[in-house]
Amino acid sequence: MSHAQDLPLWAAIIVALLLLLGSGLALVGSYGFWKLRSFYDRVHAPTLGTSWGTGAIVMASMIFFSVLQLRPVLHEFLVGVFVTVTMPITLMLLARAAIYRDRAENNPEVPPMDPPRIKLDVGADPDAPESRS
Amino acid sequence: MSEMIVMVAVYVAHMALALAMIFALARMMRGPRAQDRVLGLDTLYVNSMLQVLVFGIRTGSTFYFEAALIIAVLGFVATAALAKFLMRGEVIE
Repeated sequence: MSHAQDLPLWAAIIVALLLLLGSGLALVGSYGFWKLRSFYDRVHAPTLGTSWGTGAIVMASMIFFSVLQLRPVLHEFLVGVFVTVTMPITLMLLARAAIYRDRAENNPEVPPMDPPRIKLDVGADPDAPESRS
Repeated sequence: MSEMIVMVAVYVAHMALALAMIFALARMMRGPRAQDRVLGLDTLYVNSMLQVLVFGIRTGSTFYFEAALIIAVLGFVATAALAKFLMRGEVIE
């Protein structure tokens, strides 16, 4: 680890704090994922690691390489953007799959499906002019 | 001095992320249902991606960034495919 000798002290402190913050948040998220009881509680826990955990470690990496190489190194930004964009999609797909499975098994802990929307003006006069927009 | 600060932080981050990977792996092996296992795999992917990023800081080479990006893409594709499989494939037995 001799490449970090040229790093100034302020950058080292910022990088260290961001690293500790990111890894600590990832640890807390994974511990909650292990500890919480139902799946619908558990699906929230890893988002700690994917939002600010990834963000802090990506920022630490960006600051570290930018200060060391004396030029802006911003390609780690891609990782942060990609994880931030794709993680809600995967978790929502997974939660919808889980709730579909629970409803298919008539699990009583899951709220039932919404009733079909009733059209109130079915029996209305069809010749009446459309008053609603 | 600054080298020691970064080195200690990197080692602590490695240990914390390894512990997080152990938690995710425990849930993936224990998980009562399939969606717990899929979510555990996804958490494991994210934690390993962060581990690779921290390893890139430790070695001072920027090549690990590409490995982290590939792990992120593979994790997204794997979790999305498994979620679709859970929704369409296994329910109709």
